[in-house]
Amino acid sequence: MASSDANLPAAAAELGSSYARQRLLDRSFQTATLAFASFVLLLLVGIIVSLFIGGWQALSTFGPGFLVSSAWNPVTDQFGALVPIYGTLVTSLIALLIAVPISFGIALFLTEVAPPWLRRPIGTAVELLAAIPSIIYGMWGLFVFAPIMANYVEPWLQSRFGDIAIIGALFQGAPLGIGMLPAGIILGIMIIPFVAAIMRDVFLATPRFLKESAYAVGATTWEVVWRVVVPYTRVAAVGGIFLGLGRALGETMAVTFVIGNAQRLDVSLFAPGNSIASALANEFTEAVTDMHTSALMALGLVLFMITMIVLAGAKLLLMSLEQGHGGRT
Amino acid sequence: MADAHSITSSVDWRYLRRRSLNLFNLFGSALATLFSLFWLIWILWVTLSYGVSAFDLTLFVDGTPAPGSEGGLANAIVGSLIMVALATFIGTPVGIMAGTYLAEFGRKGLIPGLIRFINDILLSAPSIVIGLFVYEIVVIRVGHFSGLAGALALAIIVLPVVIRTTEEMLRLVPNTLREAALALGAPRWKVITLVAYRAALSGILTGVLLAVARIAGETAPLLFTALNNQFWSTNLVQPMANLPVTIFQFAMSPYAEWHALAWAGSLLITLGVLALSIVARMLLAKVRTEGP
Repeated sequence: MASSDANLPAAAAELGSSYARQRLLDRSFQTATLAFASFVLLLLVGIIVSLFIGGWQALSTFGPGFLVSSAWNPVTDQFGALVPIYGTLVTSLIALLIAVPISFGIALFLTEVAPPWLRRPIGTAVELLAAIPSIIYGMWGLFVFAPIMANYVEPWLQSRFGDIAIIGALFQGAPLGIGMLPAGIILGIMIIPFVAAIMRDVFLATPRFLKESAYAVGATTWEVVWRVVVPYTRVAAVGGIFLGLGRALGETMAVTFVIGNAQRLDVSLFAPGNSIASALANEFTEAVTDMHTSALMALGLVLFMITMIVLAGAKLLLMSLEQGHGGRT
Repeated sequence: MADAHSITSSVDWRYLRRRSLNLFNLFGSALATLFSLFWLIWILWVTLSYGVSAFDLTLFVDGTPAPGSEGGLANAIVGSLIMVALATFIGTPVGIMAGTYLAEFGRKGLIPGLIRFINDILLSAPSIVIGLFVYEIVVIRVGHFSGLAGALALAIIVLPVVIRTTEEMLRLVPNTLREAALALGAPRWKVITLVAYRAALSGILTGVLLAVARIAGETAPLLFTALNNQFWSTNLVQPMANLPVTIFQFAMSPYAEWHALAWAGSLLITLGVLALSIVARMLLAKVRTEGP
């Protein structure tokens, strides 16, 4: 008994020091995780700064005119970003025109129409479209899809719409099967799974009692979706569309295969063009002069800034649903 | 009587119109779903039927051939495996630590919110820009393309995926588990490493699988980092052969033998990526419904 009494202060001291050690370990562990998490911020800043430094030579030489000049001549070292920016925007716009209605249909089907046992497998199958690597889309696009476009779809579009004023200009020129239109269509297929998945999730976030109230007053399924679900989830659904747009803008390999890589501005959707990403993929390792490399870096910066703004917009729109209505994410 | 009759008939007519609009749109939604599945099946079918002709043993034994001769993709397959493995080993620990911070220490607050926001942006950022970034900070400094730079670019793509799933999976771990461990006097680092990680292990592994599936077919970030290599090389500081860039170069070439190899490589990547994503998705669905 006496001996244990004598040991008590020593034991207490030991406990105290062990406690202090664990406190220290706790704090270091927390600091370490914070350091790794901060790495994400560092990465973003690093990407912007390094692209800015890499593109500085071109940006300082050509000034703001870089963004609106259609020159792209490695021989005379004259560079402008207009053609690739135009190609990026046009192909992404075509992609949205295809992906938005289809994704809406898929989300409607998966939330209201399909029997419950079918929802999981179909949902997974649609998501698998996103799992197929971009280069596979490119291969298929170049060897299978482009000939079909050239032989059937583009001549048909031309005979149907080519003579109409204004929009006829979009369908002029030789139907090559390689150009803005095929690139946009393939992009559209590629972003369907992203947009559809988000639309499905936000549709599911609509409170049950809202939908059931509408059903109770005799609304059809379509009326419930169009008058209740869509207005309730509109903002977040647009966020999903923005996310798809962000994906389309930066998509590289599939576009590189089918867009034709021509540095020229053409209104016709049949004409070969260039997107920022495809210009980078094609020319970067072959750039000879410093100015050419720098101009491509500046293009990369432009692409990164555009996608960042679009993706940040998507995130903000999607957050409205999480915060405003406490829906699931 | 006549009035009542016309009212019911106009109600009937409106009801019919609403019903048919409903049916029409629901039918349209089924068509939209079929439309997307049509492309999936078409692309997979094309990859399978074109790829299977050159899909044999020599594919895994011989190196990439010169134009016009026979060969395989062995060096590209090995190079891809090395870079994907290395990228996973670099990206996973960093991602798990960062995800731990977001789930365990930074559930609320400005800085964690900002990190989460930026991470979601990086998750969808164009991969070709990541390639440019690594080119600028590694390839230019070192003076030449290397397998290591390729792995680094892929690791940067792994990172946001792992952060996101780690956070999500750790959040699924019930707080009562943590509280029980804390009540026994365990320090937080032990609660996290011995209790929370164990409970979330299968979910976190799923995230890593998804990340591997994502980078296995990535081409764009390798173009300016690993480049490619016609020959056998496992030297990490030299340009390294890899499947995606080999497929790209072979597909763009005019040689029939190279096209066949590009299709075989596409089939290989597609099979691998699809298997990985299906397994990961099944695990994920299980984790989400049954708890981690």
